[in-house]
Amino acid sequence: MIFFFLLQLVAIPVLSPLAVGIIRKIKAHMQGRVGASVLQPYYDLWKLFHKDEVISEDATWIFRFAPYLIFAVSVAVGIAVPMVTAVPAAFPGIERLSFLALSDFLVVIYLFALMTFFLALLGIETGSGFGGFGAAREMMVAALAEGGLLFSLLVASVIAQSGNLMGIVVNLQMMPLETLFPLLIAFVGFAIALLAENSRFPVDNPATHLELTMIHEAMILEHSGKRLALLEWAAANKLLIFIALGANIFFPWGVALQADALPGLALALVVFAAKAAVLLAGIAVIESTMAKFRIFRVPDLLFTSLVLGIIALSISITF
Amino acid sequence: MEFFLTPASLFLFGGLFLFGAFGALLLSRLVPDGGKIAGTFAHVLGFLGSLAALTTAFAVLVSGQAIAFSLPGTLPFVEFAFRFDALAAYFVILVSLVGMAASIYGIGYQKHFFGGHSLGWFGFLYNIFLLSLVFIPLANQAFFFLFLWEIMSLSSYFLVVFERKEESVQAGFLYFLMTHLGTAFVMLALLLAYGATGSFAFDDWRVASANITPLLQSLIFLFALIGFGTKAGIIPLHIWLPEAHPAAPSHVSALMSGVMVKTALFMLVRFFFDFFPGARMEWGLAFMLLGSLSALLGILYALAERDIKRLLAYSTVENVGIMLMGFGAALVFFGLGAESFALFALAAMLYHMLNHAIFKSLLFLGAGAVVEATGTRNLNAYGGLLKFLPLSGFFFLIGSLAISAFPPLNGFASEWLTFQSLFVGIASPSLLVKATFIITIVSLVMTSGLAAATFVKAFGTSFLGRARTVRTELPHEADQLMLLAMGFLALLTLVLGVGATFMIAALIGMIASIGLTDPLSLRFPFSEFIAAREQFANVLPLETIGMLLLVIFAVAGGAVYFATRKRGIVYGRTWDCGTPLSPRTQISSTGFSRSLVTIFQGILRPTRQTSIEYQDGKMRYFIKYQGIKMGLGDPYRSGIYGPAHNVLLFFARQARRIQSGNVNAYALYMFVTLILLLVWTLYS
Amino acid sequence: MYRLLRKIAVTPKVVIPESELMTLQIPELGAELSPLVKKLFKGSLAIREVAAGSSNAEEQELTALTNAYYDIERFGVRFVASPRHADMLFVTGPVSRNMAEGLKRTYEATPAPKLVVAVGDGAIDGGVYRGSYAIHDSVSEVIPVDFSIPGDPPAPKVVMAALLQILRDIDNQTEK
Repeated sequence: MIFFFLLQLVAIPVLSPLAVGIIRKIKAHMQGRVGASVLQPYYDLWKLFHKDEVISEDATWIFRFAPYLIFAVSVAVGIAVPMVTAVPAAFPGIERLSFLALSDFLVVIYLFALMTFFLALLGIETGSGFGGFGAAREMMVAALAEGGLLFSLLVASVIAQSGNLMGIVVNLQMMPLETLFPLLIAFVGFAIALLAENSRFPVDNPATHLELTMIHEAMILEHSGKRLALLEWAAANKLLIFIALGANIFFPWGVALQADALPGLALALVVFAAKAAVLLAGIAVIESTMAKFRIFRVPDLLFTSLVLGIIALSISITF
Repeated sequence: MEFFLTPASLFLFGGLFLFGAFGALLLSRLVPDGGKIAGTFAHVLGFLGSLAALTTAFAVLVSGQAIAFSLPGTLPFVEFAFRFDALAAYFVILVSLVGMAASIYGIGYQKHFFGGHSLGWFGFLYNIFLLSLVFIPLANQAFFFLFLWEIMSLSSYFLVVFERKEESVQAGFLYFLMTHLGTAFVMLALLLAYGATGSFAFDDWRVASANITPLLQSLIFLFALIGFGTKAGIIPLHIWLPEAHPAAPSHVSALMSGVMVKTALFMLVRFFFDFFPGARMEWGLAFMLLGSLSALLGILYALAERDIKRLLAYSTVENVGIMLMGFGAALVFFGLGAESFALFALAAMLYHMLNHAIFKSLLFLGAGAVVEATGTRNLNAYGGLLKFLPLSGFFFLIGSLAISAFPPLNGFASEWLTFQSLFVGIASPSLLVKATFIITIVSLVMTSGLAAATFVKAFGTSFLGRARTVRTELPHEADQLMLLAMGFLALLTLVLGVGATFMIAALIGMIASIGLTDPLSLRFPFSEFIAAREQFANVLPLETIGMLLLVIFAVAGGAVYFATRKRGIVYGRTWDCGTPLSPRTQISSTGFSRSLVTIFQGILRPTRQTSIEYQDGKMRYFIKYQGIKMGLGDPYRSGIYGPAHNVLLFFARQARRIQSGNVNAYALYMFVTLILLLVWTLYS
Repeated sequence: MYRLLRKIAVTPKVVIPESELMTLQIPELGAELSPLVKKLFKGSLAIREVAAGSSNAEEQELTALTNAYYDIERFGVRFVASPRHADMLFVTGPVSRNMAEGLKRTYEATPAPKLVVAVGDGAIDGGVYRGSYAIHDSVSEVIPVDFSIPGDPPAPKVVMAALLQILRDIDNQTEK
């Protein structure tokens, strides 16, 4: 049990730079280039931990402390997310085990909001123009995207009659296919929320050098050295967590329900890798084929995500 | 301990407040030191009275024994009937916790007033205000309640206009008007209940409620809604709130926003669940819709504000909306017969009442420290304050985190509970109920996202960055006692959050005791709370979540820190792309919310006035000065209160025709009236 | 006069001669570049490009480095938006008087360990603009320069070759 807990703890932080690397690699191929290796984000993080930092004189203790908090929260949420197994079925009677408390979907959403809150504070922190703009836009996007995110997860929760992410995966696997139809609509809403919360196209450009087109990048412009590494790692963790949620909540087949059967686990790992690869490829394709939206078109997109969630919810509770 | 379960303890804390009130007045007359002794005396006694009330309330809850007695009244219709039951005890705990913090804060804050204002008068008003707030939940008779309600309104009015500034006086006038409008409707509700049951005693209403006709019940509810809604700040009856709450001194604002607004909601709970249970489900739907509207509009107005205290006042409107959502859901569940869900929803509402009181007071006290340090309430003039007010800033941050509902603080616990009660409701078979619940969930989600944005703005643009204006003197940290009060409230936010399972169990047990035929005993005495807690252990183990976060933070942070301890840190200039930084090159508070205001411009109707002064008025080529004034449209005054005012004036003008000034006409009126009375007496 | 002589004596001659490296093809250059980047910069070299009054020709060439033909990203080298994220500064253009302060601030904003490379003839000694009243004649007048890449503007392949030579020099220096 402790082994499983530790595995869940380190899985997300260890694998998240790989996910970012895969997206960049696919984007590079779509641009006709070879691109950096998929392990490049690991090298970037490793190098950043070896660099010194320059901190602004206008920064306060929040600047020094918040990156650690943001990273810690991203790791903590990683424990709660079903990746290869969904725990309750594997270990019956351990509902009170501490890390299951985190798996409530409202807790997960609000912990993400906590990360965004502190990230926005970091943007305003040093008093540079771009950080402030980035923070303002980030709060705008986050406030509007939260609705779509909550409703898409709520649809899954209502269908599965459980508020716990692990419980949702377990229950959904056992339900007949027709009842899972609203999940497709909810997934579209979730996908939009994923793009918005992780600063992907068409909401934000993670590779831009133009400050006026930055949202997430603008907030980390002032950071260097290990704090920059922690923030980039936390963003990668958040992306992988969203990918895991998208793959396992909306398409729950393939998640192992027993953590002690090794062949079952290996199969589940392969299935998860395949699902994640499809989602990552999808993100990369969207980034390569679409232009970033003008900022005042983004709310329309986010409201669409909310409405899709409401439609999916209405369908799921009517039938 | 037994002392606290007797009526004598009510006399104790009542007496302490009265002693504080009159003692302050006396001391200010006798001791000519500018009011220091009087003010400190008043605040200390306010603290002691609150402490005594808190102890009594705990005694009642722990022992499971209520205090009920009545004193014969000297005034007609008034009978001083007291009833200290579980619900009242919960509310008294709320009042006294905030009262204690505000009193300690006041001792430090009152330095502000020395020499200029009469602190004896302030002390008197403050203690009378606290007295009324503590006693209102204990009143068990309609007129006694009204008497206390009126004292509360009057004392708070005088506190609002205490500083005698132009805007305070205007705010006070609007407040006076609106609160008496509300009181009029409350009186109507009470009189209707008297007509229906034949008595003014609340105990009689509890018994006779089954016999009231549905029409009468609906009218009572409607008038209670309007009357108490005015005090609670439900949209569109909220227009006085953003004017009056900021105008009062900061700890009084905390009491008004944190506690006074809750007394109205408390009375609504009493009316709908205690006196006249069995309300139709449609009332619950109406409350939920009203709550959704209030919450969303409240937070939108808060987001667009540039005055820190008005921002907090509008945020109160938002949180009242959230409480109404829980309240409405409870009514719906009761109406549908799903009592266990109703208990949860009502527990969510009551929990949010307590949590909001704590973190809103914390925020107001912090805002008071900031306003005192900088001399202005304009958010655009703050910036970089964390370096000068480190502790106040830290406590304000805790308050912001709590109000944005982040685990493991208390705001998250009550919002989670509200969400859960709303999620349950979407499974109901009726389409209308489903739709209302979905609308409410949408509103709650949007509200909480916007609340986080509002408090990033409020905390970030005030405390972080550099100064956004040229300062003539450096801001100074708040007084020790002010910090103590804020720290106490911040600690409470953590305790109430981490103790979520305990609180939920306690609330359910307490609510189950309302409306029982023998209401003087709790269903779950304190010793059984611990046992009952096991049932709720899976509900929201925020303490485990909090601990996990702490452990991971410590481990990850420690590991990274240790691994990179040899890296150097250089302190340099903010990366400004090579351009010189000035106060104006940072995001301002208005700019921060501008994108959201633009998105919601259909609701907010932002206005912009440009004024241009040219170098040469005739040629009008070169601009000398250009000013832009941005504001929000006010649909309430133009749409509701304006036309109502005009209608009233119209009728008043017509009525004025009777006053012709001619004495003969007046004699004629008397004569005609006498004839009519004669005819009526003869024929009846 | 003495100052000029001293400067001649002191300024290191690290200008790369257009020699054997230019005969290599891009993949071969890359194959040499990658392991050095891995060794010296832990696999990730972040460059921030500062245009200090240049004619933009050098920027065009540097931008070409990230296109599909040269694709310098595959060797672990990338361009970043903020000097706080950078290990190396590529400064182009003779530093105009307006940009001197900005260039200094950019240098101060870059965390240690950092390197400054003057790219293009203008950055090295003023190029065709030398002697103008509007410029400092070279980047080294404003911030300490570690390496230079000559050319007006240097072709992308020249920049890659020069970068390889720079990394070799750093490697040799650190070995000593």
